[in-house]
Amino acid sequence: MRRQRRRWWLAIGILALALLALVSLAVGSRSIPAGTVVAALQSHDPGNDLHLIVWELRVPRLITAVLAGVALGLAGAIMQAVTRNPLAEPGLLGINAGAAVAVVLAVTLLGLTRPAHYVWFASLGSGLAGAAVFLLGRAHETGTNPVRLVLAGAGLSIVLIAITGIVILNAPPTAFDDFRHWAAGSVEGASIEAVAVLASCTIAGFAIALSIVGGLNALVLGQELGQALGAAPRTIWLLACLAVMLLAGAATAAAGPIGFVGLMAPHLARAVVGPDHRWILPSSALFAALLLLGADVLGRVVAAPSEIAAGIVVALLGGPFFIVAVRRFRVSRA
Amino acid sequence: MRAHATIRLGKLSLRWRPRTAITCAGLIAIGFALAIVLLGTGTLAFSSAEVVAALLGRSENPMAERVVWGLRLPRVVTAACVGAALGMAGAIFQSISRNALGSPDMIGFTTGAATGAIVQIILFGAEPLAVSLAAALSCMATAALVFLLALKGRVIGGYRLVLMGIGVGATLTGVNTMLLVASDLDRSISAQIWLAGSLTARSWSHAVPAALGLALIIPVALLYARRLALLEMGDDAASQLGIPVERTRLAMVMTAVGLTALATAATGPIAFIALAGPQLARRLCRSPDVPLLSGAAMGAVLLLAADLVSQRFPSGLNLPIGLTTGLLGGAYLLWRLARDAKV
Repeated sequence: MRRQRRRWWLAIGILALALLALVSLAVGSRSIPAGTVVAALQSHDPGNDLHLIVWELRVPRLITAVLAGVALGLAGAIMQAVTRNPLAEPGLLGINAGAAVAVVLAVTLLGLTRPAHYVWFASLGSGLAGAAVFLLGRAHETGTNPVRLVLAGAGLSIVLIAITGIVILNAPPTAFDDFRHWAAGSVEGASIEAVAVLASCTIAGFAIALSIVGGLNALVLGQELGQALGAAPRTIWLLACLAVMLLAGAATAAAGPIGFVGLMAPHLARAVVGPDHRWILPSSALFAALLLLGADVLGRVVAAPSEIAAGIVVALLGGPFFIVAVRRFRVSRA
Repeated sequence: MRAHATIRLGKLSLRWRPRTAITCAGLIAIGFALAIVLLGTGTLAFSSAEVVAALLGRSENPMAERVVWGLRLPRVVTAACVGAALGMAGAIFQSISRNALGSPDMIGFTTGAATGAIVQIILFGAEPLAVSLAAALSCMATAALVFLLALKGRVIGGYRLVLMGIGVGATLTGVNTMLLVASDLDRSISAQIWLAGSLTARSWSHAVPAALGLALIIPVALLYARRLALLEMGDDAASQLGIPVERTRLAMVMTAVGLTALATAATGPIAFIALAGPQLARRLCRSPDVPLLSGAAMGAVLLLAADLVSQRFPSGLNLPIGLTTGLLGGAYLLWRLARDAKV
């Protein structure tokens, strides 16, 4: 019965994602008729302005939103499984804070103003922060004590957030102006190079996640029981951290710090498909992609011809939706 | 040394642990020492002897008396009260959510306070006092909303409460970010400054309400402390022991919300104290009790120490207190992690 139901849910989810993708190609500051969108996808005519908009602007943006969503959803589900903590989210490994501090330094010290340049600094920052948390939390021997890694992540995040705040308050107002727009989290102006990086990181992260999915199921039962079932906590932890860093780091670099998706999607996934991580991981990825793409589309529709950043819309709509979902479904703990 | 002793007075029995008592006394002593140093710190520096003389009103220097009583003491009292309030609120939230990450920042109450303040600053360009009031009121309104949402058939689960807090907090974060992005730059920057937390220019009109509020709320919290510790065993076990589970939880969350609102109104949001104070206190006391008093003492010490550092910090860098606590607290946590083999 449950198996039947969750198949239906996933099918509906994929269908919704496909529809949303089409809509996202059509709407924006200049809306394009659905027929033209389909024509542009079938045969690209470089002389046609509308075709150019679809291919140069909207397709990279669509791919970024979907991939960033998938990455955040997967990273969140992995984090919650290995820490056995329903409040865990990818940001706990210091990734968002690392990216933010790198962007702030790039803006204030180097005077960069174009989001396309932030990408590289954000990747560098989140990578360094993730590695520092990894070493300080002694992830290689943490098999028995996930608390340590979480504490290291929380500690480093707080330090980095404080540094970000101090730099911002002491910088000229224009730097704050640039930073506040990045910090809202948006997939606007996604470039095809950034998409390539994001795609390769997401695929690698997904592959690692799939390789440990059985271990995650065992670990959720608890350290001892998991070990008795043949899971190797240390290896699983190492691989899980690596996957989260790749996934969340790439997503933050491409779309800015979008926090809530990685926290919420796994809860929704568990409510729908139950406690098996072979199902939780893909459905959490699907829900997160839906959320982020939906938020992006809505942000363009509501405020047209201007737009609201996807990160803001996700929080504004995701919050109430999350509340309704938690009240309606029985949410399992981890 | 025995782990605990019991004092009985008729029906009333009080349990106390020498280690906890010693820790609290030590922390309070450190707090007073920090306060004396802080009172002597500033553009006009005084020695500790001069500070004590000025405090007792026996100073020959009327200037010292005016500066210490009129300018610096309110700031120190505000810092100590806010630190204590945050430390205690953190201890309560961590106990209720049975989660080391459960602090008022995590479950949306601080975000709610920030929404009130940001709306006042950005939409109305309000005065500091109005901003404080809005922060306190919206903090309590957020808490009430989270509570109503978590209510299901007259029962509030601790876990559901946390999840609702996350949902409400995320929504309000969206509102806050949107206001910050959409408003004009000047007001957005003043909102950002409020968000960094501040102890500068605190007067007795900040310190007195904070101290009075603390004096009112702490006894209530202590009254329920023992029940709270039993609640940690789980709702079922606790109600079998005769604890009114829902009432205890409601009372404790209300005290914690009051403490958070009071602290945020006095200084703006201050990171880390609510998270770290109780954790550190619990490790020092090595006691299974909820570290209410020791968490409060630790919170006060942490905030005073952070204030001292941010005032003594060389260079013209603008170091708001809320960020200094984050910087120092986070660095301390990392240092401990790097040093200790097990945490």
